[in-house]
Amino acid sequence: MTQLTDFASPSRRGVLKGATAIGAAALVTPWGTPLRAQPVQGGTLRVGMAHGSTTDALDPGSWEADFMIFQAHTRNNYLTEIAADGSLVPELAESWEASADAATWTFTIRSGVEFHSGHILTAEDVIASINHHRGEDSTSAAAPIVADIVDMTADGMNVVVTLSAGNADFPFVLSDYHLPILPAQADGTIDPNTQDGCGPFAIEEIEFGVGARYVRHEGYWKEGLPYFDAIEQIVIFDDAARQNALISGEVDYIDTADLNTVHLLERAPGIEVLSVTGTQHYGLPMDTRAAPFDDVNVRLALKYGINRQQLVDTILNGYGSLGNDHPIGPGQRFFNTELEQREYDPDRVQFHLREAGMESLDVDIHLADAAFAGALDAGVLYAESASAGGINLNVVREPNDGYWSNVWMQKPFAGTYWGGRPTEDWMFATAYAEGVPWNETYWSNERFNELLVSARAELDEDIRREQYFEMQQIVSDEGGIIIPMFAAYVGAYSDRLAHPEQIASNWRNDGHRIGERWWFAS
Amino acid sequence: MSHILTMIAQRLALGLVTLFVVSLIIFLGTELLPGDFAQEILGQSATPETVAALREQLGLNDPMHIRYMGWLTDILRGDFGESLANGQSVADLIGRRLGNTLRLALYAAAIAVPLSLILGILAALFRNSFFDRFVNASALSSISFPEFFVAYILIFLLAGAGGAFPSMANFRGTPEFGDFLYRAFLPALTLTLVVTAHMMRMTRAAIINLLASPYIEMARLKGMKPMRIIVKHALPNALAPIINVIALNLAYLITGVVVVEVVFVYPGLGQLMVDSVAARDMPVVQGVALIFAAAYVLLNLTADVLATLSNPRLVHRR
Repeated sequence: MTQLTDFASPSRRGVLKGATAIGAAALVTPWGTPLRAQPVQGGTLRVGMAHGSTTDALDPGSWEADFMIFQAHTRNNYLTEIAADGSLVPELAESWEASADAATWTFTIRSGVEFHSGHILTAEDVIASINHHRGEDSTSAAAPIVADIVDMTADGMNVVVTLSAGNADFPFVLSDYHLPILPAQADGTIDPNTQDGCGPFAIEEIEFGVGARYVRHEGYWKEGLPYFDAIEQIVIFDDAARQNALISGEVDYIDTADLNTVHLLERAPGIEVLSVTGTQHYGLPMDTRAAPFDDVNVRLALKYGINRQQLVDTILNGYGSLGNDHPIGPGQRFFNTELEQREYDPDRVQFHLREAGMESLDVDIHLADAAFAGALDAGVLYAESASAGGINLNVVREPNDGYWSNVWMQKPFAGTYWGGRPTEDWMFATAYAEGVPWNETYWSNERFNELLVSARAELDEDIRREQYFEMQQIVSDEGGIIIPMFAAYVGAYSDRLAHPEQIASNWRNDGHRIGERWWFAS
Repeated sequence: MSHILTMIAQRLALGLVTLFVVSLIIFLGTELLPGDFAQEILGQSATPETVAALREQLGLNDPMHIRYMGWLTDILRGDFGESLANGQSVADLIGRRLGNTLRLALYAAAIAVPLSLILGILAALFRNSFFDRFVNASALSSISFPEFFVAYILIFLLAGAGGAFPSMANFRGTPEFGDFLYRAFLPALTLTLVVTAHMMRMTRAAIINLLASPYIEMARLKGMKPMRIIVKHALPNALAPIINVIALNLAYLITGVVVVEVVFVYPGLGQLMVDSVAARDMPVVQGVALIFAAAYVLLNLTADVLATLSNPRLVHRR
């Protein structure tokens, strides 16, 4: 199983970088490890982040933006961890096994794991931490992903989880950033506002919307980790200020580079641009219940009318890859490699319009840059290319403020972004299954829904692969969303920093585990 | 003197009424915005169930006037409430940021006020000379650029590679005095450039206006030196309008510096207000709005009192 780590972005630096990697591989020590992969202890990593709000909170159920997700992985550990290559590895759960129907899971909890407060991890901590997101009156954003859990019981250092139906990917779910393991209180609940955790670093100080400082957790159970002595996280909203802070050496790493000026960073001495394509994708969902989008031919016409390559080149400045109208990334386990790439084709637009019994199509699309960076520009480009096939696309500019409550899933044709999910089932179940709250196209397809349930409980990889291939085909041909592009996570760092050969693509910032995985080279 | 005290008392009472009206307007205004706290904070990951649960927990289902009255009675008891978002006390949250904002405003004012008074007096003294035109032109150009542009220019010239000052003024907690002066120099300088023109030109205009009056003519005929005429005779009479402009600009330094805060990563009140409005975090929005309104009320009051004191006819009324 491999995950696409896209260093070979079409930039000059990207090419150079590929070349150095080959050069470095030749430079190996007698015992076979490359010289650059020798981590050094020490130093304070200063990270400049593009997000972070004074309204952030410590409650794991409220975590949504990058500042808190980075905090989550710096301070906490999870039951399972998504490794840099995209595979699932044990973290606080030493091992796990499933019943034959994949509906009962037994996790063996690692013993002797010490929290920052000195508390030693127990199975009760695990149950309390996950229970925080369950139940009728849960306000947690993670409530839907743990809704399948019927029961959890502790048996020594084992936790037995019963699900309402089989789910072969359940251990993946437990790596979700909302589900850190926190210490249980006497009444069997967690204190959601605790600053305790058992991750590589302990919070020394945190001020929401401003920054945070963490110090090394000396009792960390992963041997030799972490490498840094301390981490400083600084919120820098302004693109220019953030890039300036990196260039002038006030921070060592920035999580988001402005795609309009990233070429200036590429030229700056001592700065490396980091571009990783993962599961993050941008889309234009249509309400499949509303006319004219209830006609699959209209949807196909709209899908053929968008010039994907142009969007990747201009909106993403080349930092991304083509989408094929389904949400599965090219690096994922069951990515459909046999599905033909949909291209811009005005003739086919006209063909499908005629099939739908139309000469031309007039339609509004509601966009704001809150949907994704550059959404309005993308809309204008789309209108331009679609007009060649006889579609008059009218771009309606909506305010950023209130976009997710007033426009998204309210207007029949709008914009959206998804950070993606680590597994195919998770992504499909979140936004494509019939009737789920985030089914943004209000789409329902009988065959798809059947396949989703049977693939979820299927433990045979080959059968699963076949089923997921078909589901991608169905979403691409019949679904209600246009997914023109997968956007790379683009950050930048000082060349004093060093990182492992492979960088995780499940989230920004090396899966938000830079604090544990990177080190200072000099 | 006693009528000045009466005036202060009256104005303070009026100020309280103003604050009440402001809080009402702010409350109604945010009610009109799309979405409420529960929806905004859960954002794209909101499901109907979690939104409903969050509303229930925070009492957002109560009708508007009940929520407003609840907040108001708490304020009268001196309790600013807790942030809906993270349960921190609003007083603490604002207190930290207010300290930072006031420090920066004072820093900028300490440079800008003397500078603009001196420049204004000198420009009046040498009016229509090259110096006058140069000072006017540069002050006008610095005020004509948007703040972020001035800030970027200063960063380009004075920070960055080999620069003398840091491009970021970020810090947590309370910094040492010297360290603060060094780190916050560029934001303070940006603000100085933004407010100097206004104060300087008002000083110049007020003094030039007076220079045409008969008693100045008299002083000049007595053979007094021009500098002495301006400082001793013209300036005291020109104080009222100058003080007013200074008060307005000081209020701006406290309430209007969001852009400078963002560019220099300075943890002031402005960003707190912006974030809280975006999240519809009412207790914080109300608290910050009250502080901003109070700053205007108090500075205007101070300006009026000082302007009155500067005029003997008003102080010794019969």
